[in-house]
Amino acid sequence: MSKLYSGAEIVFKCLEDQGVDTIFGYPGGAVLPIYDELKNFSSVKHFLVRHEQGAGHAAEGYARSSGKPGVALVTSGPGATNIVTALTDAYMDSVPIVCISGQVPTHLIGTDAFQEADTTGITRPCTKHNWLVKDVKNLAKTIHRAFEVATTGRPGPVLIDIPKDVQFQKTNYTKYKKLKKLNGKAKNNFSQSEIDELIKLMSNSSKPIFYTGGGVINSGPKASALLRELVYATGFPITSTLQGLGAFPGNDNQFVGMLGMHGTYEANNAMHDCDLMINVGARFDDRITGKIDEFSPKSKKVHIDIDPSSINKNVKVDLPIIGDVSEVINATLRSIKKKKLNFTKSNKQKISKWWEKIEKWRSIRSLDYINSEETIKPQYAVQRLYELTKDKDTFITTEVGQHQMWAAQHYKFDKPNRWMTSGGLGTMGYGLPAAIGVQVAHPNKLVIDIAGEASVLMTMQEMSTAVQYSLPIKIFILNNEYMGMVRQWQELLHDKNYSESYTAALPDFVKLAEAYGCVGMKATTPEELDDKIIEMLNTERPVIFDCRVDKVENCFPMIPSGKPHNQMLLGPSDKKEKKITGKGKILV
Amino acid sequence: MSKAKSAYSIPGKKGKLDTHIIVVWVDNEAGVLARVVGLFSGRGYNIESLAVAEVDPKLNISRITIVTTGTPQVIEQIKLQLKKLVPVHKVANFMRNDKKVIFKEMALFKVVGNDLKRKKALNACKKYNAVILDKTKKSCVIQITALRREIDLMAKNLKKLGLVSLSRTGAVAMTRGADTFR
Repeated sequence: MSKLYSGAEIVFKCLEDQGVDTIFGYPGGAVLPIYDELKNFSSVKHFLVRHEQGAGHAAEGYARSSGKPGVALVTSGPGATNIVTALTDAYMDSVPIVCISGQVPTHLIGTDAFQEADTTGITRPCTKHNWLVKDVKNLAKTIHRAFEVATTGRPGPVLIDIPKDVQFQKTNYTKYKKLKKLNGKAKNNFSQSEIDELIKLMSNSSKPIFYTGGGVINSGPKASALLRELVYATGFPITSTLQGLGAFPGNDNQFVGMLGMHGTYEANNAMHDCDLMINVGARFDDRITGKIDEFSPKSKKVHIDIDPSSINKNVKVDLPIIGDVSEVINATLRSIKKKKLNFTKSNKQKISKWWEKIEKWRSIRSLDYINSEETIKPQYAVQRLYELTKDKDTFITTEVGQHQMWAAQHYKFDKPNRWMTSGGLGTMGYGLPAAIGVQVAHPNKLVIDIAGEASVLMTMQEMSTAVQYSLPIKIFILNNEYMGMVRQWQELLHDKNYSESYTAALPDFVKLAEAYGCVGMKATTPEELDDKIIEMLNTERPVIFDCRVDKVENCFPMIPSGKPHNQMLLGPSDKKEKKITGKGKILV
Repeated sequence: MSKAKSAYSIPGKKGKLDTHIIVVWVDNEAGVLARVVGLFSGRGYNIESLAVAEVDPKLNISRITIVTTGTPQVIEQIKLQLKKLVPVHKVANFMRNDKKVIFKEMALFKVVGNDLKRKKALNACKKYNAVILDKTKKSCVIQITALRREIDLMAKNLKKLGLVSLSRTGAVAMTRGADTFR
């Protein structure tokens, strides 16, 4: 008879078979048997966080930067409820996370036992699927299924709830063989005729645009390479959502910048005026479309997405293509090469007028701002950070708010998986723990969290984690003492009633850094900024960098609420802009 | 500028609402109904009636029949979202006025009153396959199977004939002829 393993051992056997070498977690009563086994499985390294939300975001950072699923281990009750934010975040941004939670013993479930919560009930709407394992015989099968669900199709978080008695029970374990077959819910479902139709639309279009999103990143590095090939072959302009940044080089001339609420003038106007929109792995989010009834009224819309429920959810499209981005682009490229050898040349001619128009929009330089010699402008800080780190293979995470948008606008990414930000859920406090996850996945790379002082305080405790494991993450805080985006909306839309958006008692971040046992730095003038950034980059320990920026700078350009793409607010008004902006372009 | 005091876009035009019957085949496992119903409530879809029971004990499959209203776009979303759920095998939907599909609800009426009233009540129910399930000197329980609006009507009419209690199921559906749901 084969050896019997306890449920706790089976958890690790499964993790080993899945190739998991890193987990983020926090122990507690209901997961003690699992923690007890940790010492016997040296291939799995556990990172102790300071709050379960941190474990979730770290797993997200790990997953997004490496392409592998992130794994978190938490206890029952508060352990599980603390990770709900991170699971919801991963669900919104399609990040593969496997969360294992402990549960009270099966005979106590439903009795309001100590640290009992209906974990599968609570996490049902924020996971792709979850399981409560009541019989140890089902444990291995369930864990392997969980990895399959998390990583196939449109990726997402899953949760496995394991009662404590199941962790002690013993059963057999048979080694897992990875099935090649995709999850039944995630087939490539497109046909050659759809590809042909796409190519026909592309060759007939005179005002085309690629609108790419996080689906390209999720489809793997190959998808980004293929996308670049396709975009260069066609000569079309390309814009990207927040999550898609890095799939196409940010400093390439064909890239017209990010689109959406804080996207560039050229990207949004091109989206509005185009006659062919090719959506590659994006989901027509409300921050992208603005007013839906006036969204790109004259265009034929193609939507490439692996999730059938994304099609026609927000915007009706003319040609849906359901499949994995890299497969679809690959098929398209193959067909182009086979059929139309001179596609590139003939097309570039045809769309040259379109490019002229785009260049005109571009000449407005909508990301410009008025720089200052006295105070550090937040945009300037991001630009300097970019210039001083662009030659390194840098990974950027962010929190949520103005600094996030400035980072997206001014940091030019040229590789996928280098940009980790909370887009769908907009979780303040995401960036610091995510940076920890990224640094764990890439020990020798430069990892910077571009942060706001309000956001970063939400998960500041994780600095302690960074110090414990000597993870040299750099927390670059654009400190304006306000919840900047809240302040901006209050200024523009609520008659400057700055209700509760100022933080009156901020900590001294330099002393805070020292208290955590890492390095604190501070910059207050543009003059010293470069030197201080270089000093930060040369520090091989975790750093909290307090960059004091202009307190009242606003993030522009901006599509105000309920407006279509061609009615953007441009930056602080200057005369040049007033001349160029025509009817419907409202200036602040 | 006009002041829209929200970071969200204003609602677009609303389409026409249709009533659809959605049939879902699911693994009969713990929490599966909560997943389906939670999807409806979470995304703001509406459930008019619901019927669920295991139909294949061997394969462990339950069949859920849901009556819902929504714009064509919403109905399509409901279908696609349901198909994404891991325990869901198959989803079918059709309009309530689809001639190719039969659908029925069952209702139990408890009528309390004298002979005449009870007789009248039974007569009124006759055309809906009325069956008397329980009878005493003062009361009777009548079972009918009919459409939703017919049951609504009967419930209203029986009030004056001594209806004291009403219990009804959600709609169940089946295709006419030899075809089955795809």
